[in-house]
Amino acid sequence: MSTKDAPLKKVCIICAKGSIEDVYASLVMCNGAVMEGIEAKLFFTFFGLDAITKKQMKKLHTATVGNPAMRMPGGLPFPSLLGMLPGVEAGVSAMMRSQMEKLDIPTVDEFLEMITAGGGEIYACKLAMDMFKLTKEDLHEEVSAVLTIGEFYEKSGGEGTQIIFT
Amino acid sequence: MATKTLGGKTIEVNEEGYLIASTDWDRDVASDLAKEEDIELSDTHYAVLDFLRNKATAGDTITIRSVGKSGIIDIKQFYQLFPGGPLKKASKIAGISKPSSCV
Repeated sequence: MSTKDAPLKKVCIICAKGSIEDVYASLVMCNGAVMEGIEAKLFFTFFGLDAITKKQMKKLHTATVGNPAMRMPGGLPFPSLLGMLPGVEAGVSAMMRSQMEKLDIPTVDEFLEMITAGGGEIYACKLAMDMFKLTKEDLHEEVSAVLTIGEFYEKSGGEGTQIIFT
Repeated sequence: MATKTLGGKTIEVNEEGYLIASTDWDRDVASDLAKEEDIELSDTHYAVLDFLRNKATAGDTITIRSVGKSGIIDIKQFYQLFPGGPLKKASKIAGISKPSSCV
């Protein structure tokens, strides 16, 4: 193991998707880094912006169509036709959220607060913001700035830094 | 098995410095463990350590979120009290095993 020779000093995580599992993967990785004393920056772009948009962040969904790993409780395959029915995706998503609550996994806004409480930083992508016609006011207050890709790379410099695209 | 002199006693620790038996722990042991992390323990520190020890004894999973909800300190203060890895450092100083949760 080379972890002792070259410890990870900084991670820059990019979240470009807005489903529960994609957003949480990024949040867990970012918060985990902060907990380990690793400098962490989390950058949301495209549909990932839902996770930091006040109106959307509490109602993230997991896809019930086109998700081959989706199963019924008990392990039977989850038919795509069923996933198309109105309310099914919302129900499945609510179930995901309640499972996470049981494991003491925080809600999205609480996670953002935990990350910034430990010194992590949260950013939004300017291009995607313009595309979705969002302004800084639409975003959660823990988001520190809206960045261009160039500014993101400036923040990603330094020895022992990794950029992670989830 | 490695041993260390902590709080005037010889105590068994694992390769990462966590106590093998949490019953070996007392306030002097904590104070010596904290010094290794350059932390001077205050009453608030001890309140957090007691909280973690109680959680561990009860067999609960220790998470940073539970500390934030403990009513003793919020998460920001937790990072200030145990800088650079609060849950791991606090667990080590509290004489309990390394936290096994991802949040």
